[in-house]
Amino acid sequence: MTAATSSEPMVRVRLPGVALVMVAVSVLVMAGLILLPLYVVFHEALLKGLPQYLEALKEPDAISAIRLTLLVAAIAVPLNAVFGVAAAWAISKFEFRGKSVLLTLIDLPFSISPVVSGLVWVLLFGAQGLFGQWLLDHDLKVIFAVPGLVLATILVTFPFVARELIPLMQQQGADEEAAALTLGASGFTTFRRVTLPNIRWALLYGVLLCNARAMGEFGAVSVVSGHIRGLTNTLPLHVEVLYNDYDSVGAFAAASLLAGLGIVTLVLKTVLEWRHSGELSAGRKH
Amino acid sequence: MTDRFSVPPVPRPVTDAWPRRPRLVEHSILPGLKLSLGITLVYLTLIVLLPLAALAVRPWEIGLDGVVRTLSDPRVASALRVSFGISLLAALTNAPLGLLIAWTLTRYEFPGRRILDALVDLPFALPTAVAGIALTAIYSPTGPVGAFAAQFGIKTAYSPIGIFIALVFIGLPFVVRSVQPVMQDLDKDVEEAAQTLGATDIQRVTRVVLPALAPALLSGVSLAFARAVGEYGSVIFIAGNMPLKTEIAPLLIVIKLEQYDYAGAAAIGLAMLAISFGALVAMNAVQIYLSRRGRA
Repeated sequence: MTAATSSEPMVRVRLPGVALVMVAVSVLVMAGLILLPLYVVFHEALLKGLPQYLEALKEPDAISAIRLTLLVAAIAVPLNAVFGVAAAWAISKFEFRGKSVLLTLIDLPFSISPVVSGLVWVLLFGAQGLFGQWLLDHDLKVIFAVPGLVLATILVTFPFVARELIPLMQQQGADEEAAALTLGASGFTTFRRVTLPNIRWALLYGVLLCNARAMGEFGAVSVVSGHIRGLTNTLPLHVEVLYNDYDSVGAFAAASLLAGLGIVTLVLKTVLEWRHSGELSAGRKH
Repeated sequence: MTDRFSVPPVPRPVTDAWPRRPRLVEHSILPGLKLSLGITLVYLTLIVLLPLAALAVRPWEIGLDGVVRTLSDPRVASALRVSFGISLLAALTNAPLGLLIAWTLTRYEFPGRRILDALVDLPFALPTAVAGIALTAIYSPTGPVGAFAAQFGIKTAYSPIGIFIALVFIGLPFVVRSVQPVMQDLDKDVEEAAQTLGATDIQRVTRVVLPALAPALLSGVSLAFARAVGEYGSVIFIAGNMPLKTEIAPLLIVIKLEQYDYAGAAAIGLAMLAISFGALVAMNAVQIYLSRRGRA
């Protein structure tokens, strides 16, 4: 079935009045609860005009927060993407004992509070953490520094890519790869020429969601950051600092960048779902 | 351990009645098992298992007494109650809202339907801190909704109502996205049969559609609940964070950490995990019961 036919209404609407009420209430709930906050971000950011808005974004602390956010995502997202591909390859192409346990463990970070995802790194590397003294002796800093931000972000976004790839690759099976290998292709060539083209859109989809969360993460990084302005403040933390300083325009200006990231992610994700629904895992077809 | 020169063991007769337990690793002609499984296990251990082990171990350095004392401290106990109580309320509120939106998206064709569909994921896509300050701006006494509610003496932001609103916002996509595919695939023949047999519209919905949706709905509600319990960014701005009233459990972890009380922070974190896990197991059991009854 194509995307167009599957989204047709299934039962002919017999009561236009009921339909109208249902649609109206749904639109109202969505507009009031979901869309209004998005509008408010841009409204508040531009409340004192465009020059002030741009001024807030050009501030050195804002620039360094943007840079740090990009840096953290640039480390965390590729690592989780490589892990996702490796995990999906192992799980979908081979049979081994304990696979369901492995699947549960991969999903585990989704059910942990972001704050706990930050806390665990403090327990390991904080001043009174397990390796705290050792780090101090060697003059290394993890917590209240960039490595901590990266670790917390990796843990929070850990399952995103794997989750998109595993169901799709399980569904695709190993026949095509087996054929390529029988015809004499090397393992790496098989992966590059057969597997990768089959999973590229799902991989992109997973990376997209992973990146959005990595750049927008607040709770986990807030625990490990120490809120050192210009040094360990990512963009979401910068929003918090300005907001608590009653700098509303500054806070909402920074927030508008993150909201923009969210909108771009949503648009790209929707386009992928419409254009490549056949090449995404089953739950993503619309 | 046998080396390759030893006599191979006599294979056990394979019968259908006695399914073979899979070997530790089944043979495959595909390469890369060692590499891919190796990367997976090492990465999983370093990023997830080791840190969680630290969380599981740390609270006990203050002993069982210390853990009990930490959790029964009025401020902590109140935060746990606020977090789990309001999360449950918000998840239950998401059930009818999510059902309504999923129903509208799958059953009716109207202009803008696909945009509305895409917007359902906005709470996933919008960073939590952004949602937090935006919701606060709307529901604070100076905001549009907050000012309106204030006329009736209702305080929306900086009260449990504010926490509730933020958690409904965060949880809604979970319910819609859980219910939507099931609603999409619902066999319309069954509904038409019910209609032909003289069922009214209301009977068709309550007797045919809702029972078929119940397992998916419950799974959506439990996902929304689990997310709400741990939620931090969208809540702390709107909550007001008054001790014993509107402090949430994740905030108490942050406060304990600021006091360098690592064991106390870990105790709260571990308790949150344990309660969430218990709740999920309970909801899972109900879900299995519902899907069995649905099939019977």
